[in-house]
Amino acid sequence: MPHTKRSRLVTSAVAVVLGATALTACGSGDDSKAESGPVSLTYWTWTPGMDKVVDLWNKGPGKKDKITVTAKKQAGGDTLITKILTAHKAKKAPDLVQAEYQALPTLVSNDALADISKEVGDAKSKFADGVWQQTTLGTDAVYAVPQDIGPMMFYYRADLFKKYGLKVPTTWEQFAETARALKKKAPDKALTTFSANDSGLFAGLAQQAGAKWWTTSGDKWKVAINDAATQKVAKFWGGLVKEGAIDNQPMYQPAWNKALNTGREIAWVSAVWAPGTLTTAAPDTKGKWAMAPLPQWSLDQDVTGSWGGSSTAVTTDSPHQAAAAKFAAWLNTDGDALSALAKEGGIYPASTSAQLSGAFSNPPAFFSDQADFYTKAADIAKTTAPSAWGPNVNVAYATFNDAFGAAAKNKSDFVAALNKMQDDTVADMKKQGFGVSQ
Amino acid sequence: MTSTARRRSYGVKGAPYAFLLPATILFTVFFALPIGYALWLSFRKVHVSGLGLGAGARSEVWAGFENYTEAFQDSEFLHGALRVLGYGCIVVPVMLGLALLFALMLDSDKVRLTSFTRLAIFLPYAIPGVVAALMWGFLYLPDVSPFYYVLEKLGLPQPNLLDGGPLYLALSNIAVWGGTGFNMIVIYTSLRSIPAEVYEAAKLDGATPLQIALKIKIPMVAPSLVLTFFFSIIATLQVFNEPTTLKPLTNSVNTSWSPLMKVYQDAFHRGDIYSAAAEATLIALATLVLSFGFLRAANRRNKQEEAA
Repeated sequence: MPHTKRSRLVTSAVAVVLGATALTACGSGDDSKAESGPVSLTYWTWTPGMDKVVDLWNKGPGKKDKITVTAKKQAGGDTLITKILTAHKAKKAPDLVQAEYQALPTLVSNDALADISKEVGDAKSKFADGVWQQTTLGTDAVYAVPQDIGPMMFYYRADLFKKYGLKVPTTWEQFAETARALKKKAPDKALTTFSANDSGLFAGLAQQAGAKWWTTSGDKWKVAINDAATQKVAKFWGGLVKEGAIDNQPMYQPAWNKALNTGREIAWVSAVWAPGTLTTAAPDTKGKWAMAPLPQWSLDQDVTGSWGGSSTAVTTDSPHQAAAAKFAAWLNTDGDALSALAKEGGIYPASTSAQLSGAFSNPPAFFSDQADFYTKAADIAKTTAPSAWGPNVNVAYATFNDAFGAAAKNKSDFVAALNKMQDDTVADMKKQGFGVSQ
Repeated sequence: MTSTARRRSYGVKGAPYAFLLPATILFTVFFALPIGYALWLSFRKVHVSGLGLGAGARSEVWAGFENYTEAFQDSEFLHGALRVLGYGCIVVPVMLGLALLFALMLDSDKVRLTSFTRLAIFLPYAIPGVVAALMWGFLYLPDVSPFYYVLEKLGLPQPNLLDGGPLYLALSNIAVWGGTGFNMIVIYTSLRSIPAEVYEAAKLDGATPLQIALKIKIPMVAPSLVLTFFFSIIATLQVFNEPTTLKPLTNSVNTSWSPLMKVYQDAFHRGDIYSAAAEATLIALATLVLSFGFLRAANRRNKQEEAA
């Protein structure tokens, strides 16, 4: 193998594209050996009920191709990334992993993910461009197949909006007015809260405003976390918190559950998976909620951000990358697989055709009155703004939690918190040696 | 095998080494090697070239003391240390004071239901730290806490326990609640081992129960007090469960509230095991210096007293 040539190519100025080619070369070299004989693959995932979906494969297409997949349940989020990277260090990462979109650059930067563009390139047409682009990192390579997405929406208590004579906001300006109007009518209630404990929400809101936090030019990253669009978002929410129009308590804790359940907070900016969360957080409010598109920054716009969502990726450690890629493509594009994923795992599929399939003909039970829930959701999903993730999203997110947590608590300047997020992220990248342009 | 050969040629002389072997192996594999590896990691760092995408873009390089100087310059790490110091200043005296008080009370002749009371005070120690922190967290949250419900009904002020100064009290309370029982048992056990003649002699000399407690019991259990103090310092420096469990409930506890939380954050969220290793080494050193420093000071005082 031309090993030296490969490493020299990678370090050259156009590292992205050539690096991707090198990976392909590596991948295909192994594939040719793996094609014959039975193959068994391990898949790390946190989606509930994935074992049942994998069974479909093992009994159907997998049986024919002699590819057996074993799903191993893992904890989600950052923990799994750390686990994958640790396993990868020992060259023992599983064949397939579930990874959130924002984690892909981190994994790719650690050379943990294989380029599977040859095997899954045809699947591109099944997904919205903005979603697919997240798995290519803007290169010619493809590092994962999109599985589920989290287009953001506005959820509100239809009954209480009516009671207080509030209109569903279509712009953020109206959103602020609605918050103020509610405070005037019922001082002990709040429209919603600004929570600093889930960075994905803020990232999604910034994405909707047009922010592109990480971009590349040449062999340098450009970090723009405190760009004009994100500053606009930060100022907006910081202003609402400061004037007391909305709450500043974190989400996903007993007090928040209670606020939603008792109607002390009457709206939630969330994503397509919100019905599931509301079912457990606010069980008494079943059927009282409604969903609307996210408010816009200007009336002529129609965009949303995304909060959550994940993909299926093949690792460089897998000796059977082609077989693994085949499974990843089946899992996320096959109709039966996606119906099973929706039923067993409760996911909202990234595949555009699956978004309107049988599994999504009825609204979620919690929103039984909103018959067109999923048609609306599919329409909103189409308007998802592209996102731009970098290799240290984890650092940016960790700084967000602390800096915005403190700012929300003290009702202080959100832009200062945003600048800290930018500075810490850039400092971390520079420390690691990434090329960063100012 | 070389070891058998050696044993044969040295005969009985080799026996001690053979007996030492299992312990040595266990010590090396599960203690010395991991610590050595952590130390090694603390002097390394990752170096990325260019965009860092693609194979071979990332390599591990020698960092020297870089990770250590950064830890010292990191205001968050130092603030964490200060926070823990403040927390320890509340926890250790209160917890040990209560433990000593309870032990003395249980040891006095007039108390009934001794074994039940002893168990009741000890019980919180048997509750896992995370469960305890979660339970107290719920009690601290105004929206779900029964205490706040009562305070509200009575029209009394409702303090926010999850912010500012009261947060330290709230966190300390969890540690005191969980740790007092254990320390009490240690002190109580040593109280029970004081021979009865000592008390008889004191009574004959006309000592009141209070005098007996202050002048006989406390000096005689001083070694246990030193031991519990030693344990408490170590536990305080390693505080992790309570703030981590309370973190989701409030904006006031950040991801690096205590030094150990910062280590966890760096290793498992930021993915920088090198800095985490350096910080962990610093915490281990601080723990060693503080705890053994205290032990030495206590021993020296004992010796001086004996000499006097």
